[in-house]
Amino acid sequence: MILIVDMNHKKDSLEAYEFIQPIVSVIKDKTDFRVLQYSEIKDKDIDKTDKIILSGANLKDNRFIDDIDKFSWITNYDKPMLGICAGMEIIALVFGSTLKPCTEIGLVEVNTKKKNSLFSGKFNAYSLHSYSVIPSTNFDILAESKNCVHAIKHKTKDIYGLMFHPEVKNKDIFEKFVKN
Amino acid sequence: MKLGVLFSGGKDSTYALDIAMKKETVVCLIAIVSKNKESYMFHTPNIHITDLQAEAIGIPLLKVETEGIKEKELEDLENAIKKAKKIYKLNGIVTGTIQSVYQSKRIEIICDKLNLKCINPLWMKDQVELLNELVENKYNIIISGIFAYPLDESWLGQKIDKNIIAKLVVLQAKYEINPAGEGGELETTVLDAPFFKKRIVLTDFEKNAKDNSGIFIIKSVELVDK
Repeated sequence: MILIVDMNHKKDSLEAYEFIQPIVSVIKDKTDFRVLQYSEIKDKDIDKTDKIILSGANLKDNRFIDDIDKFSWITNYDKPMLGICAGMEIIALVFGSTLKPCTEIGLVEVNTKKKNSLFSGKFNAYSLHSYSVIPSTNFDILAESKNCVHAIKHKTKDIYGLMFHPEVKNKDIFEKFVKN
Repeated sequence: MKLGVLFSGGKDSTYALDIAMKKETVVCLIAIVSKNKESYMFHTPNIHITDLQAEAIGIPLLKVETEGIKEKELEDLENAIKKAKKIYKLNGIVTGTIQSVYQSKRIEIICDKLNLKCINPLWMKDQVELLNELVENKYNIIISGIFAYPLDESWLGQKIDKNIIAKLVVLQAKYEINPAGEGGELETTVLDAPFFKKRIVLTDFEKNAKDNSGIFIIKSVELVDK
């Protein structure tokens, strides 16, 4: 079962239509899943998962950063995890990285910097973010745009972060993540 | 959260409004009246009846005109949103954008600049699923503009129902027409929805079409109690 972590500011938010439903549409025929907003997650919910996807959130919603103590479970997770935008930011933060202002809205060109199982080469990706990350030494940088770090992978865990939104463009990334 | 909805009177902005009203407080509708019939950004057929639609819904409408010159119309949109933010103390803007990165990017940038949330509840929604939901929710929607082959005058004024959806699905397979008209193939006007306090009844209209382009001009309407 894949757990989709809703990174929006509250449960059943209006914003979830934009950041959760598109992910659900892509994966619903491929795997079992459930959705929980981050503040309602308990240890037993994590134990039941095979993989976790952390969603994006509204450009003006940074509540999840104030609530970083609710994400301590990420560092103990040993199965595949994919963080999208806000999801990548929180993964990076809990592993000691820092955020850097870097606004990109719309399609941007992303260049792969390190071979990985989710994407390759140069491609256009949909972006909606005000920050990117300066990864800590726990991570490899997998891809960058002209201005921002766009994808990271933990050096020893199957944990990925994508700054762009594969639920909008590059949906095949979900298929690879679900199958791998 | 106090929200304003970018409102054209068509099915997408009306459905986005419906969803937003169930989750947050919608305090105003914002309609951009473009003088350019081929605006990239704004729905044009029957935008003049948004006043009556707003009255039927019971939410104030802020209506702003634009010449519809590409990119300059964005300044007009920004000024309209800025005005709405000031009058209604908005925290965010809701749009009915489904897949258009062109539209969403431009509105996101304006909202970012004005420190407002930009919320797109229909983002990436399957277009056939959207049409089916509207019919199941008993929306009364007519086709008010056609702008692509093989759509012709016979489509104008047709109510969107299961039969029309089935025809659009066939056209999608054969001609790659977006069934919800997201590519500008067709435009719609909403006459009634479950949350409307009054319904709109057409009393006079005219079809103006040539080949595969045409509009259903609503000349007069009345509001009827439900």
